[in-house]
Amino acid sequence: MSTHTLAVLVENSPGVLARVAGLFSRRAYNIDSLAVGPTENPNISRMTIVINVENHALEQVIRQLDKLINVIHIAEVKPLESIQSELLLVKISATNSLKAEVERVVDSFGAKIVDWDDQSMTIEATGDPEKIANLLTAVGTFGIRELVQSGLVALERGSSALSDRTLSAQSIPTADGGQADYQN
Amino acid sequence: MSTPNGTAMNGATSLVKSLEAAGVDVMFGIPGGAILPAYDPIFDSTIRHILVRHEQGAGHAATGYAQVTGRAGVCIATSGPGATNLVTPLADAAMDSVPLVAITGQVPSAAIGTDAFQEADIRGITMPFTKHNYLITNPDDIPRAIAEAFHIANTGRPGPVLVDIAKDALQRATTFNWPSTVSLAGYHPHLEPDSQSISDAAALIAQSHRPVFYVGGGVIKANASRELMQLAELLGAPVVTTLMALGSFPASHPLHMGMPGMHGTVSAVTALQKSDLLITLGARFDDRVTGKLSSFAVNAKVIHADIDPAEIGKNRFADVPIVGDLKATITALIPALRSALSKNQPDLSTWLRQVNHLKSTYPLGFDIPTDGTISPQYVIQQLGKISGLDSIFVAGVGQHQMWASQFIPYEKPRTWLNSGGLGTMGYSVPAAMGAKVGAPDTTVWSIDGDGCFQMTNQELVTCALNNIPIKVAIINNESLGMVRQWQTLFYEGRYSNTSLESKRIPDFPKLADAMGCVGLSCDRPEDVDSIIEKAMSINDQPVVVDFRVHRDAMVWPMVAAGTSNDEIMIAREMAPDWDSQEL
Repeated sequence: MSTHTLAVLVENSPGVLARVAGLFSRRAYNIDSLAVGPTENPNISRMTIVINVENHALEQVIRQLDKLINVIHIAEVKPLESIQSELLLVKISATNSLKAEVERVVDSFGAKIVDWDDQSMTIEATGDPEKIANLLTAVGTFGIRELVQSGLVALERGSSALSDRTLSAQSIPTADGGQADYQN
Repeated sequence: MSTPNGTAMNGATSLVKSLEAAGVDVMFGIPGGAILPAYDPIFDSTIRHILVRHEQGAGHAATGYAQVTGRAGVCIATSGPGATNLVTPLADAAMDSVPLVAITGQVPSAAIGTDAFQEADIRGITMPFTKHNYLITNPDDIPRAIAEAFHIANTGRPGPVLVDIAKDALQRATTFNWPSTVSLAGYHPHLEPDSQSISDAAALIAQSHRPVFYVGGGVIKANASRELMQLAELLGAPVVTTLMALGSFPASHPLHMGMPGMHGTVSAVTALQKSDLLITLGARFDDRVTGKLSSFAVNAKVIHADIDPAEIGKNRFADVPIVGDLKATITALIPALRSALSKNQPDLSTWLRQVNHLKSTYPLGFDIPTDGTISPQYVIQQLGKISGLDSIFVAGVGQHQMWASQFIPYEKPRTWLNSGGLGTMGYSVPAAMGAKVGAPDTTVWSIDGDGCFQMTNQELVTCALNNIPIKVAIINNESLGMVRQWQTLFYEGRYSNTSLESKRIPDFPKLADAMGCVGLSCDRPEDVDSIIEKAMSINDQPVVVDFRVHRDAMVWPMVAAGTSNDEIMIAREMAPDWDSQEL
């Protein structure tokens, strides 16, 4: 089993998330995370799906996903060839007296304190999963009251864009389909 | 007579005009509240609407129609229970790659999500087993959705598409705009096979000494029987046809080794097991064919041609994958193979001798009961002989289905219909009805079990009232026969809930008579032929024959579920005599 990140361009239409999630569920593919949001094109949404599968199963996942009519393009995004990032919001038990100490930890991760009162502080951080895990370990010593994480999003490095290679729909005449040679 | 674009009408009329524009000539359905607006323009339409007695019947009838004509079948139902009754036929069509378009009414858009009367999220329910589906709430979207639905259902790997339309979208004003093209960013079926794959396949075939054509239902879907014949005769290798492929290659052909799988012939099962190359055409390595997958054809390389890329490598690694339309694929493979064979013509004579020896040593057969009762296999064999091989035979699911696959030698594509993938009991009567509508000049026999028949026989009323004179042979062993067979073999004969007592109740001929059909019954072996001939002579009414057969007949050969195909049994506790074979 190994982890793979898929970038999936889908039509921005109702039910698409249910179709994708349902496919993973009924074919027993395990999703580690799924993030979805709008893109530069209002008709297209982009999903970033992290899955944990055998290598030969990855191809199956991609081919099954590709059968969904609303799925326009699928690409595997390799960690070394892409920017991969998660968002973390974590609320820690830290009184104001500890603020300087917390700030020092937070700064070292390029994160920031976005809310505080006399009982707690909330830290916002972005980065790859490893960095987020390390930050959580570091602030864990203060005591974690609550945390929320987004799924991973990923974008390939360099100037190319997924949508460059994909968004060409052919027009096909609406003739009556399939003439069978009945009992040929 | 087409309707000009830009014509003002309501959504319901736009729906019916769209179905007409898509070339629909017949649809099967039942009206109800949410779909009611559509039934008003249906009243005036050129499309023949056949009023069924249960929506499941509409769905299977549309499937039967599609399977004999090759064109998408159409069914229509109302929201809620009308729609959920289509669930089984849609799942059935998905498993057997049948082009189907289902239209359902939905509650008004403002009521969606409120648990309104007769509301069911049919789009959500059918997502797993439709090729695609729609929920339409804007009447302007109706023509495009219908055009796309037919395009998706008919092209690529065929399959069912559902279009759910909110009642207010049917009622509201719109202008009719039938699109001249469809454009789907995420749907591009790959039709032309890659030329490198074709030459790789040809080269591999020319090096093989024990090749087998493993032929699936895709060959029938692609109308590629003639091409298959040319390819098979060019190589001169054995051909096996799966349950879904019977008729794609003539059963009488010397290269035909029969059907592989759980109840396949020894020759077909063993040809696959001992092969060094499976030339897989439109088949999907289903568990009922492979048996225990890890022991299936372990020495064979695999060429896998299919229009659906997701089938390739799903269950079995393909050494040479070919994605494309099978007609195009086989057409390309013929000259490539001819060229490869001109350089290297392998000698297949030993291999053919081996498989032919199996074919002649282990033909399909059955025992005649000693108690004077009728052998079910004999009835089915005689149906094929007397009705002839231009007839269409439509089975339910169970023992009678397997016997109908074994004892009628299908010679032509689209003459054998059954529920292969989903295994839907109750498929036969409504599917036969749809088949007869699609091929009105052809004799259509439903071969059904007494269990299956009691699930969907209400459609005989539809047949009687609509001049759809199908013939039904009930293979009445007063049991859920296949389940009973498993109880005999694997549950020590503890017959829990498999006795239907259907030689006592219901009285099938009376039931047939009550539904406007001719009801006949047959108790004695010596009457079988004459009663089939009597049924053949009645063509103005549906006919139901209750063949009251021996209860303990079993389907053989058999590979028990989950075991290796090497463990095939030709009768109870009887394996083939492998020592006498040179394999």
